[in-house]
Amino acid sequence: MTEAPLGLLAELTHRCPLHCPYCSNPIELVQRADELDTATWQRVFDEGRELGVLQVHLSGGEPLARPDLPQLLAHASGLGCYTNLVTSGLGLTAERLADLVERGLDHVQLSVQDSDPGNANLIAGVKGYDRKLAAAALIKDAELPLTVNAVLHKANLDNIGGIIELAERMGADRLELANTQYYGWALRNRAALLPTREQLAAAGPVVQQAKQRLDGRMEIVYVVADYHEANPKPCMYGWGARQLTVAPNGDVLPCPAASVITTLPVQNVRRSSLAEIWYDSETFNAYRGTEWMREPCRSCPRKEIDFGGCRCQAFQLTGDAAATDPVCTLSPDHGLVQDILGAEIIPVRPELAMRRSV
Amino acid sequence: MTSLDSVPRVRRGVRCTYDKTRDSDVVLFPEGVLLLNETAAAVVSRCDGAASIGDIALALADEFEGVQPDDVIEVVDRLVARRVVDVD
Repeated sequence: MTEAPLGLLAELTHRCPLHCPYCSNPIELVQRADELDTATWQRVFDEGRELGVLQVHLSGGEPLARPDLPQLLAHASGLGCYTNLVTSGLGLTAERLADLVERGLDHVQLSVQDSDPGNANLIAGVKGYDRKLAAAALIKDAELPLTVNAVLHKANLDNIGGIIELAERMGADRLELANTQYYGWALRNRAALLPTREQLAAAGPVVQQAKQRLDGRMEIVYVVADYHEANPKPCMYGWGARQLTVAPNGDVLPCPAASVITTLPVQNVRRSSLAEIWYDSETFNAYRGTEWMREPCRSCPRKEIDFGGCRCQAFQLTGDAAATDPVCTLSPDHGLVQDILGAEIIPVRPELAMRRSV
Repeated sequence: MTSLDSVPRVRRGVRCTYDKTRDSDVVLFPEGVLLLNETAAAVVSRCDGAASIGDIALALADEFEGVQPDDVIEVVDRLVARRVVDVD
């Protein structure tokens, strides 16, 4: 039996002042003219709450780029949803934040690129480091709970200790240290982003020690580099299981990356209700549960633990979204990942293709 | 270590509400959503940073038959593990 979704990731816009080369937005960014209007987003939140959504992540791009963010947030909060602002911090002012708090903002997730200011600005493609420090101070002044999120890769993994200290200085309640997952922009830049085994091996103990030292003060969530692991990640805790993503143009996806699976029809809130899409659409039912699995997943004791890994990754690497995630050592396609690690972990870092609109 | 003298408090950023879709009390927090049974919901609503676990157990004994202090300790421990509640 299909359960109701708990979370809705609302990508309000793909516009963003940052150009991070690992951005989770698709390569083909939605243009401003194609963004849903205020009333449609509010209807989407109504339908989400009716369906069972309890958490709304207001994300992007940079959600502060939407002038109607306060109205959208107030609407989601008014429905009883927990509201999370996922932001770069650029564009956040004391006035804007006070207004959002007034309208029911529950939590802020702030991105940082590195602890080294020069490198952070290089990765973001914009001078944002100081503005992020200022944003963190505003969030703490407003007494909001703060999660700091840092995406890790070859160019910043050696600074992981510094990134942890930066999050402490910012007063974060939680720190997400997420090794890059290779979709969209990150896939394009994979050879420049893939860390070496030595880098990952050195980072592990730093994270462990920090977890112990900061226990009870700052929670650290470490997302592993899955290409280097033996088992795949339990992507989204299963396809169409807990959360859905609504893109700026109203496309509804099981995860932010799922538009890469070109063999599935695209659902959109302009044509169907969220309930129809969640329960009845071919797209959301395609890889739900375990019935769709083939061997080696079908008889695997881990099938309810990792759900066969990531459907987008399987599609990107093998052309078949129903294949076992090639990250898994049991996958017949695991050699693809080994080949990538062998060929792309190279001493010279290729040029980054910074995220841009076409 | 949680004991009868411990004073639990709902953490900042945690919101308790009722979800009509699931017909259940829920706690909402940055990491996710927790569905609560009736007893757990009654415990959470009393984690105000003033009442001790002993106080909460006494109050609940009036309301729910058969609720023991150890049950309350267990619920609080689970809420602490999920970062919903802090204990002084």
